[in-house]
Amino acid sequence: MLAGSLTILVIDENRIRASIIEAGLRDAGHQHVTVVHDVAGIAKRIAELEPDVIVIDLENPNRDMLENMFQLSRAVKRPIAMFVDRSDRASIEAAVDAGVSAYVIDGLKKERIKPILDMAISRFNAFSRMARELEEARSELENRKVVDRAKGILMKSRGLTEEAAYALLRKTAMNQNRKIAEIAQSLVTAAGLLGPLEGE
Amino acid sequence: MNTTHQITAGFMPLFDSAVLVAAGEMGFATREGIELKLNRETSWANIRDRIAIGHFDVAHMLGPMPLACSLGLTPLASETIVPFSLGLGGNCITVSNTVWEGMAAHGAAPDLDPARAGAALGALIRERAVAGPREPLRFAVVHPHSGHNYELRYWLAACGIDPDRDIEIVIVPPPFMADALSAGRIDGYCVGEPWNSAAVAAGTGRIVTVKALLWRNSPEKVIGARRSWAEENPDTLAALLRALHHSARWCQDPVNRGELATLMARSAFLGQSESIQMPALTGRLQLGGSAERRVEDFFLPFDKAANFPWKSHALWFYTQMVRWGQLPHTPQNLAIARDCYRPDLYRSALKPLGVALPGANAKVEGALKVATPVGSAGASLVLGPDGFFDGQIFDPDRIDSYIAGQKRD
Repeated sequence: MLAGSLTILVIDENRIRASIIEAGLRDAGHQHVTVVHDVAGIAKRIAELEPDVIVIDLENPNRDMLENMFQLSRAVKRPIAMFVDRSDRASIEAAVDAGVSAYVIDGLKKERIKPILDMAISRFNAFSRMARELEEARSELENRKVVDRAKGILMKSRGLTEEAAYALLRKTAMNQNRKIAEIAQSLVTAAGLLGPLEGE
Repeated sequence: MNTTHQITAGFMPLFDSAVLVAAGEMGFATREGIELKLNRETSWANIRDRIAIGHFDVAHMLGPMPLACSLGLTPLASETIVPFSLGLGGNCITVSNTVWEGMAAHGAAPDLDPARAGAALGALIRERAVAGPREPLRFAVVHPHSGHNYELRYWLAACGIDPDRDIEIVIVPPPFMADALSAGRIDGYCVGEPWNSAAVAAGTGRIVTVKALLWRNSPEKVIGARRSWAEENPDTLAALLRALHHSARWCQDPVNRGELATLMARSAFLGQSESIQMPALTGRLQLGGSAERRVEDFFLPFDKAANFPWKSHALWFYTQMVRWGQLPHTPQNLAIARDCYRPDLYRSALKPLGVALPGANAKVEGALKVATPVGSAGASLVLGPDGFFDGQIFDPDRIDSYIAGQKRD
């Protein structure tokens, strides 16, 4: 059977991540993909869509509600259970590590699910990596700002050149076994306590 | 202590995680040579999955959850044992203001009396049915395999309300209960604190009865441990149980209430104000509409042998799983349920401390009408009262007749 004949529902409150998953599924040839960000009214949506596979992020606090509904709701014609391939423990661990789970309708062959789960795992991991890099870039920018301010304070109060001010910060950081940004932050805080600087 | 044991534990943001949280945060674990890493989770399903694949060694769990795992009722199930109970009681049943008005019109009073409240709710449900076809009242619990689900159903059934035919029961995560109630998505719920007091404080709900009055000194959350981990690390587990014992004693002491409320209020744990933690600690509940009641033994983290994993508690949960069609009653299933709670591990870990320990592994639930000192050499231990509100008794040696007596037509 073609990959495209499966109906897939993605439940993820994180819109960016959901669209990354959706794009991955479409690239893999799945045409019937629906993304839901909010679980309000989810039973009705499931009744309408009759999905074969449901992909849910593990951070979703409604997982207990969803699992119960998959089993019992009148809206669900065939029971839906978490996809657990006992012969492939590694992929289950990878899924939990990545923060994603897949639920499938009763009777669906695991060969058809495995590629979907694998894709979801790699996209979830890629998203986490991206989010982490973004966070690092953001804190890097913050660090640079605080180092610039600390340099300014040293230049003004001790009459140093920019280069000398930076060297002093770096040396202090090395001596104290701390990061330059931490030393810079301490200096900025202390300067703020000791008296307002011009223009602040 | 030189040996350092590393233990990773999961918990849900509920007040009854207090004994585990305090063990990590107040130094009890460190004193036993344990480095305890606490991980807050967002669903019981996550706790189950992370225990199963080994992210967590132990976790704060719903009392019936390790049974459900061991009996294969859940996906990604793993054999989970219970060497320690995190307390007795702590839940309430809360309804919307509209339902409360309807109940009050049928004789309910703000006194938490389960029989009276149940009779009023039953009358309200019959009145609604006569008035014409409409959606049934919808009640929420936190999980199908939870004390909440079973005690709500027990209460309704004992009051002549069929929990499957006369109302609808849905699952809602604890922190969302009060919101779902005020938005009208549900009409009532059974949940642990502080999520009942939260609805009362918001003016959107009324507490109608409490677990401690439905079945006094009844089991709630437990420590679930992956069986393979427990078997491979017996010393680590024993050290953890001693740390939890000291933590539970500290949590029970009224002197520490303020500090415990401050701890649990922190954003890493419940992230709710200190004042809203106090009803669980004092048993003094605001019911809504300026009514207040003090409930004896509302939540016990330590007293009345609260940490002892009674096999009769596990077996009662088992009978309710059978009662509500989650599981067939077979000798194999019964044997699994019987082996899940492990008083032997509790006893052997605490023996060196010389504290009072129950001599039996199971007891007849509902038999003690008053607080009763039980024999335990050199130390004092008081059990009960432990009555069910409808006067029923659960004898774990007579499971067949108990199950037969609860069968629906």
